[in-house]
Amino acid sequence: MIWAKEETLSRNEIEEIQLAKLKKTVNYVYENLPAYRVKMDAVGVRPEHIRTLADIRLLPFITKQDMRDQYPFGWFAVPQKDIVRIHASSGTTGKPTVVGYTRRDLENWSECVARLACAGGASSESVAQICFGYGMFTGALGLHYGLERIGAAIIPSSTGNTQKQLMYMKDFGTSLLVATPSYALRIGEVAMEMGLNPQKDINLKVGLFGSEMLTEAIRAECRKVFGEQLLVTSNYGMSEIGGPGVSGECEYLCGFHINEDHFLCEIIDPKTGEVLPYGERGELVVTCLDKEAQPLVRYRTRDITSLICEPCKCGRTTMRMENFSGRTDDMLKIKGVNVFPSQIEEVLLSVDEIGPHYEIIVEKEGHTDKLTIRVELAPDKMTDDFQKLGSIRRTINSKLKVVLGLDTIIKLESPNTLQRFEGKAKRVKDLRPEETLRNS
Amino acid sequence: MTFIKQLSVFIENKTGRLNEITKILADNSINIVCVSLADTAEYGIFRLIVSNPKTAQDILAQNGFASTLTDVIGVGLPHHFGMLNRMTEVLTAAEVSISYIYALNSGENNASIIIKTSDNTKAAEVLEASGFALIDSVEAYNL
Repeated sequence: MIWAKEETLSRNEIEEIQLAKLKKTVNYVYENLPAYRVKMDAVGVRPEHIRTLADIRLLPFITKQDMRDQYPFGWFAVPQKDIVRIHASSGTTGKPTVVGYTRRDLENWSECVARLACAGGASSESVAQICFGYGMFTGALGLHYGLERIGAAIIPSSTGNTQKQLMYMKDFGTSLLVATPSYALRIGEVAMEMGLNPQKDINLKVGLFGSEMLTEAIRAECRKVFGEQLLVTSNYGMSEIGGPGVSGECEYLCGFHINEDHFLCEIIDPKTGEVLPYGERGELVVTCLDKEAQPLVRYRTRDITSLICEPCKCGRTTMRMENFSGRTDDMLKIKGVNVFPSQIEEVLLSVDEIGPHYEIIVEKEGHTDKLTIRVELAPDKMTDDFQKLGSIRRTINSKLKVVLGLDTIIKLESPNTLQRFEGKAKRVKDLRPEETLRNS
Repeated sequence: MTFIKQLSVFIENKTGRLNEITKILADNSINIVCVSLADTAEYGIFRLIVSNPKTAQDILAQNGFASTLTDVIGVGLPHHFGMLNRMTEVLTAAEVSISYIYALNSGENNASIIIKTSDNTKAAEVLEASGFALIDSVEAYNL
């Protein structure tokens, strides 16, 4: 089902709406957001210079650092009395970034999420269990109001106490799970420890995942655990641009449909800042087209994707983002080679003898980078045979060598020894001195 | 004859792992008959003959330790020169290779060992035919 007519407009109609909203937004920020006005003045751009959609490239970018510099409320374009909600990012890499909403912003947010949830498999029939942490994190309340708008029955179980989560899933007949992909796998694992069969005792039909990259390997792993009937879709957003609601996958799993009447997306070369042609992969830059409280223009997301313009088989005509291949700040440079953790994950999940959890450790030994990967043996593939254990390690090693061109040290561990995550998984430890400095 | 079920637990080389496993078994009144611990630089396989292998495996699983049950043979060896050599002669002649051996028990007149071979059925057959006393599984669990 398609939720809103805005998802099926012709390209001309969409662009007409976008241009009108872009002009309005640029006017609005110039008048109401001193932090951005300073940036525009610095490059000599004025609102009247924006005459076509392509003119957006005249406008300066906003970065995460710009957000931090104005902590907490420097990017609010409305007086305090008009703010009705405040959320914040987790702040794992520094001060949190704050996001504010007016009443109208909340209304639009619910609408945007409703569209994506609907595309991702939700309906009024869904019994939706939301295993995102309720609180400052935008994910839980964002999905909550979007799903409520559709008419799904919501179980706001939040995170924690996985055994109790499973009790709700079983007893309440949860059909749709909102979680990070890694927590979904954790739920499956605990179910099996409790002696439940995730395919029979739980009747999950849809996994509506977010807050973490969903690789194809993890998607397949989730279906292996919960059954082939499971539709696993992912949706995208980030707290700075208002949380979830930017884009999401439909049942054809061929990219993330963008709510284009609310978000204008561009792809740039992360080094030069130049806009790249459609289809090329680079850093995603998002402009909010319909925000009152925090109307960010050209926000650099640091997420890497490309844009797909053709209409989709599902009937939606909105532009899509290709499934994400990483973040510019996730990329590791090891012995001069660019490595995305997602590449390593794909390899690890192709090996049957190990489970889906892993940890990547990068260290400096003398002047050389050392890459160690901790993996767990799959509980049902335990062996009493040292030769078999040795060959598992060699297999992983040689597969990684093909993909990365690097030698890695594989550490086999027993099941359940690596850390599990209920929110965003943190699977990379970069212990090199200069990296610690950069990330602090 | 029924083979002895050996419990094998994979453990990474980290202080306290062995302690955790033996504590779980102790707390659940599982008697350990004998053990063998082989290691490499990073991990080892802890092999045990216990009073109740299946229960022990389930209890370990509930506590987050994955293990396997492996068929092994208990062979009685009288205290004489050359008994172990006679056993290896018999197995070599039958083209059965031995993966590992460890001690099961040592009594006044007899000792016994656990062996894992490339072909347990054949090994049991030729050993019995050559007059070796094989230890029954129930007997082993209750030693």
